[in-house]
Amino acid sequence: MPVLLIIVPLLALLALNLPWMRLMNRLALWVGLILCLTQACLVIYAPAFFLEAPSLWLGRLFLFEPSVDYLSLVMFLAIAIVGAAALMVCRYSIHTAAEPGTCANNRFLVINLVILALTGMNGVVLANDLFSLYVFLEITAVASYILIAAEKGRDAFEGAFKYLIMSAVATALILAAIALLMLTAGDLSYVNIKLAIMASPHSGVVLAAVAMLVVGLFIKGGLIPFHGWLPDAYSAAPAAISVLLAGIVTKTTGVYTLIRIVISIIGLSDTLENLLLFIGAASMLVGALAALGQSDFKRMLAYSSISQVGYMVLGLGTGTVLGIAGSIFHLFNHAIFKSLLFVNAAAVEQQTGTRDMNRMGGLAEKMPVTGCTSAIAFLSTAGIPPLAGFWSKLIIIIALWQTGHIVYASLAVLASLLTLAYFLSMQRRVFFGKLATGFESLKEANAWILIPACALALITIGIGIGIPWLFETFLLPIRSLL
Amino acid sequence: MIIDVFYPVLLFLLLLAGIWTVMTLNLLKSAIGLALTSAILALLLFRMDAPLAGVFELSVCAGLITVVFISAISLTKPLEGAEAQARDRSRIKRFIYLPIIVAIVGGILYALHPHLDLFLPPDSLETDVRQVLWNVRRLDLVGQILIILAGVFGVVILFKDRADTKGGTKS
Repeated sequence: MPVLLIIVPLLALLALNLPWMRLMNRLALWVGLILCLTQACLVIYAPAFFLEAPSLWLGRLFLFEPSVDYLSLVMFLAIAIVGAAALMVCRYSIHTAAEPGTCANNRFLVINLVILALTGMNGVVLANDLFSLYVFLEITAVASYILIAAEKGRDAFEGAFKYLIMSAVATALILAAIALLMLTAGDLSYVNIKLAIMASPHSGVVLAAVAMLVVGLFIKGGLIPFHGWLPDAYSAAPAAISVLLAGIVTKTTGVYTLIRIVISIIGLSDTLENLLLFIGAASMLVGALAALGQSDFKRMLAYSSISQVGYMVLGLGTGTVLGIAGSIFHLFNHAIFKSLLFVNAAAVEQQTGTRDMNRMGGLAEKMPVTGCTSAIAFLSTAGIPPLAGFWSKLIIIIALWQTGHIVYASLAVLASLLTLAYFLSMQRRVFFGKLATGFESLKEANAWILIPACALALITIGIGIGIPWLFETFLLPIRSLL
Repeated sequence: MIIDVFYPVLLFLLLLAGIWTVMTLNLLKSAIGLALTSAILALLLFRMDAPLAGVFELSVCAGLITVVFISAISLTKPLEGAEAQARDRSRIKRFIYLPIIVAIVGGILYALHPHLDLFLPPDSLETDVRQVLWNVRRLDLVGQILIILAGVFGVVILFKDRADTKGGTKS
């Protein structure tokens, strides 16, 4: 039945775009929200829908039997939550034809593309062979290029162009790796490629393919030194699309895919472990240091994303159950708190008309809910207990310590302090202190942005408090994957 | 003997066409160079008994993509005067090493002559593309539909203003 996560959104998109359905354009947002909330509810209340044997007729129709596990469930939930938040921000920040000077039906088209990107990400999670993975990565990437450029300014085109070029390089590397692995294994399913790699682990062709695959995924995930496109893309994209990109797109196409490929196909050799640890630590530190020097709200959050992805890769690099569970847990937490920070950035940008933090100040007085949820998100990102981010960072640091990587564990703690420093600076410049001149008549954002902000903040607090249950229910079962 | 000569000549032409595509300063010539590269690659694929791959390379890469590129280039305006001169200088600086790198990499690969133990697919795999699409990879067709939809939305969202502006000017 999981294949319905691709088929139902596709049918919904086709129905929304039938000529006689043009009058139903207003429904697009609700269709998207219903799809996301249904997906989230199914993961939480009926995981058997995904985990049980696939339906025979659907399997026969699409010749596809996805193997869904607990890692997939975590991703489906993150995709659904961030997707719903992004759709609500679309309603808040993207205008329709009725408003002068804006592109006709822009919101409807953007919502269609968001649903497409979400479908692509569901496909990435469901894929159990490399070519299907490639196809769904491309669907997500193509939808993302267009979404970044949707506002059509110079910055938007530059951000989209940089993302397109870097993503095209990543795609070329991944496709070349797929071709080499096909020639080695004679098949593209994860299982058969894993067997072929185990049979000849030192073959030059296999090593070249693995290297290209890993570098391609580093580019997609925006890791150092392939991060150049990420700050431009995140900051140039429309507010709702920044939520989607930072919250889930790069995490699914880059980090999740890397974790899946490592777990299900290539395994962890000493060389790969060391590479992941080094790249993870470099991303964590460089991202945090770069974030310190930013005055643009969204660029600072973009560099913060690079830093947080470093933690995930660091956890994966430990190669232990605890480290990988911590990595996946941090991926989920990051999806929630980074989406929340970008939702807040959207509210601030829309209400004040600027992203320059040096021109702001004291906004919490006029925007109390945004200021409060922003504080919750940044405290979680910096790893302050008992919020969600604290637990995932703690698990990663414990895993590093247990495997003897004491230097990397210390660097992770240091990066966390840097995170606290740049977020405190952000909070002080934007929300605290005396109200900046010109903002006397500022108003709080409307419900379309406050509802997702409050929901994401509650999830961040809830995960922090419910960690014992979550650890048993969702994280420890990941052991069965290794 | 004919085959022995055929491959090196085609590979050399492929390389020349590829370098010309990247080095030429004119976008239109670059698009034509890409089409030529695809056409030579298609010839190679035909010679290597992969006719379906050759047909797709010829029709999609040499045909369809060239038409799309030329259509897009027709919407652009060439640089003039000092801007064009600055572009030429930076471009030459940027790409002057490309042919040298290609020659060095080619020389190294030729000298090493690596032996690749590859699993070559059976000839039957190439026989019928319908077999592959409908009986082996049906889900990927759904993926293709989604990519086409993304392309359609992209064209509408990115070019609608231009159409609106033109419509407004006429009226």
